[in-house]
Amino acid sequence: MKMSGADIVLESLKRLGVDVVFGYPGGVVLPLYDRLPAHPEVRHILVRHEQGGGHMAEGYAKASGRLGVALATSGPGATNLVTAIQDAMMDSLPTLFVTGNVARNLLGKDGFQEADITGITMPAVKHNYLVMRVEDIAYTFAEGAYIATTGRPGPVHIDIPKDVFIEETEFVWPEKVSIRGYKPATTGHPGQVKKAAEIIDAAERPIIIGGHGVILGNAHDELRRFAEKTGTPVLNTLLGLGSIPRDHVLSYGMLGMHGSYEANHAASNADVIIGIGNRMDDRALGRFADFNPTAKLIHIDIDPAEHNKNVPAHVPIVGDVKLVLPQLIEAVSQNSHVDWLHWIDDLRQAHGHSMAVPSGPELSVQHIVRRISEMSPDATIVTGVGQHQMWAAQHMKFTRPHQLITSGGLGTMGFEVPAALGAQVARPGETVWAICGDGGFQMTLQELATMVDARTPVKMAIMNNGYLGMVRQWQELFYQDNYVSVAMTQPDFLKLADAYGIHAIRVTEKEQVDDAIREAEGHAGPVIVDFQVQAEGNVWPMVPAGAALKETVEAPRDASEVRS
Amino acid sequence: MKHTVVALVEDRPGVLNRVASLFRRRGFNIDSLAVGTTEEQGISRMTIVVDGGAGIVEQVEKQLYKLIDVVKVSDLTKEEAVIRELVLVKVRCNREQRRDVLDLVDIFRAQAVDVSPSSMIIQSVADEDRNDALIENLRPFGIRELTRTGRVAMVRGAKTTAVNESESAELQRFHHDSGRRPEGDLPFVSD
Repeated sequence: MKMSGADIVLESLKRLGVDVVFGYPGGVVLPLYDRLPAHPEVRHILVRHEQGGGHMAEGYAKASGRLGVALATSGPGATNLVTAIQDAMMDSLPTLFVTGNVARNLLGKDGFQEADITGITMPAVKHNYLVMRVEDIAYTFAEGAYIATTGRPGPVHIDIPKDVFIEETEFVWPEKVSIRGYKPATTGHPGQVKKAAEIIDAAERPIIIGGHGVILGNAHDELRRFAEKTGTPVLNTLLGLGSIPRDHVLSYGMLGMHGSYEANHAASNADVIIGIGNRMDDRALGRFADFNPTAKLIHIDIDPAEHNKNVPAHVPIVGDVKLVLPQLIEAVSQNSHVDWLHWIDDLRQAHGHSMAVPSGPELSVQHIVRRISEMSPDATIVTGVGQHQMWAAQHMKFTRPHQLITSGGLGTMGFEVPAALGAQVARPGETVWAICGDGGFQMTLQELATMVDARTPVKMAIMNNGYLGMVRQWQELFYQDNYVSVAMTQPDFLKLADAYGIHAIRVTEKEQVDDAIREAEGHAGPVIVDFQVQAEGNVWPMVPAGAALKETVEAPRDASEVRS
Repeated sequence: MKHTVVALVEDRPGVLNRVASLFRRRGFNIDSLAVGTTEEQGISRMTIVVDGGAGIVEQVEKQLYKLIDVVKVSDLTKEEAVIRELVLVKVRCNREQRRDVLDLVDIFRAQAVDVSPSSMIIQSVADEDRNDALIENLRPFGIRELTRTGRVAMVRGAKTTAVNESESAELQRFHHDSGRRPEGDLPFVSD
């Protein structure tokens, strides 16, 4: 039976198991929208801005572990997706971005709403396609989804000219996909595994850096077993949080620019570092040249290009962490490092004040995120970017993979509201908290309307301090208090919520926090909580940009040193 | 150090753009880039001369492998290879000078491929060093136009860099040390 290109797109999505698409219509994708009602298995959520749709697909992919799909029209619709595409690229999220383009005879003629979108997205995707024949659509979707979800996952973009949606052909779904230039890695090289095991067995002060790859590779159980067998403390990158339960005795939280003092010093003093599914990012490692140059580095990653990119690995192992970790667990001896753990514990005792929740009467973000985490330990947490993100990473106890959804690599402000919506769609009936900055919230708040339409009861906690807090912190610390363009007059978020028909709560006192959290979670629909927090708090500890991890700066100890 | 990197790529629209974009984005310096068809239908061969240390070239190779359309990458610098470049030079040359120019052409084993009363086109197929020397010697006559194809290269002996050909012992050692998995035809895999 012959089908139109539009029907083939939707049929292909169904074959891929896609049941929700975040999209925005427009001229060239009208043939596709025309056929949506004929495919009720694919739920379409009408977003308010394509960037929001892109972040929703990311949030959905993170929360479900499945392919997230966003759809946009040509030209401005497509270019609006670019931020989300690059975000998905940096954080390796399995996502599919589908755009329409002008009809084939108009391509390259600068017609209305034409953009060379495959040219624009090329450096921001794992792979992209311009589909010029209706016969190629089904295979392209099968291949594109395969590429997006296998190996190191990432965004795939498929651009389809309008007339290709209209042409008809037989629908042929490929039995299998085979790409000669793409064979995702599986097990690790036995020789390398053996070499790594020997180093691990001889280690006196080993640490593990558990990255996002552990979560993407669904290898959190293997990570825990490996850590337990070798008695190795586990540090996490921001995106690796949740790869080991934070309450596990070997979990030592986040390292990096705002990692804990003890984590950064453990990394700096270790004799063996085992990086697992992490990309040795500058925010996690500090100045590369001085990131513990004497330690032996074992680096396990599915992407060989991550080895030796930023820091040289003594034993690089290319492979899927889900398969390499069992090889390693088999190869290493049972071990424990009690003295080493005590050394780190002692550091935490002596230097824990940087991450203490302010004990005074002021309403602090640290207190709020800690209470949300304590009162709602299973909630999925989505954050924006900035101080609130770092405080959430420091103070919330993530106990399962995919519990924290945050824009790590690209650091996209405005990620939180749409990504939380996507996460809620993936996890209906569960609690999703969006921890929002007051700046980032206003970058994508148009999606509040989508939230009402889609009936996604996200709980949004706005950390309202009237500042772009992280920028202000840098201006305070590194630009001699020269505050430029960081103070913001915020709208009345309660009235704003009211305009969208969203329930809202204002919190100005510390004592009101618990009640507000309870009230928000008890409400059936989306809720905005306007937490009017202290204006000038700093995230501590901090490794200044370009400094080494061992140069971690602690919070001023003496109360009189604290800025008024 | 200059490395000769050969990439076998799917002959598809945009693949040159992908490769060029990768080099630009990662800050790899391309000295020359030559593209053409190969013995295998659907596969194009890019010969890229990259200037950089071993670490840079390792990254070039691995990043190239991440492109889905790149099927195989070989660093011919690690092997014995025939390296050639074609140069066309249009040099000023009147009747009296013609003998002198042709002497140079002989010495450099180049060819005169076009003659006019006031000019001559010299073609040379050689490695870059010899071509550089030829050009320097022609310069006093006055070079009116010059074009170079960029380097192409091929491994000496019966071995090839074809898609399914296994790699030399030295390359295998390099890829082994870089953590590659043992099975599979390709030294690295796209991820």
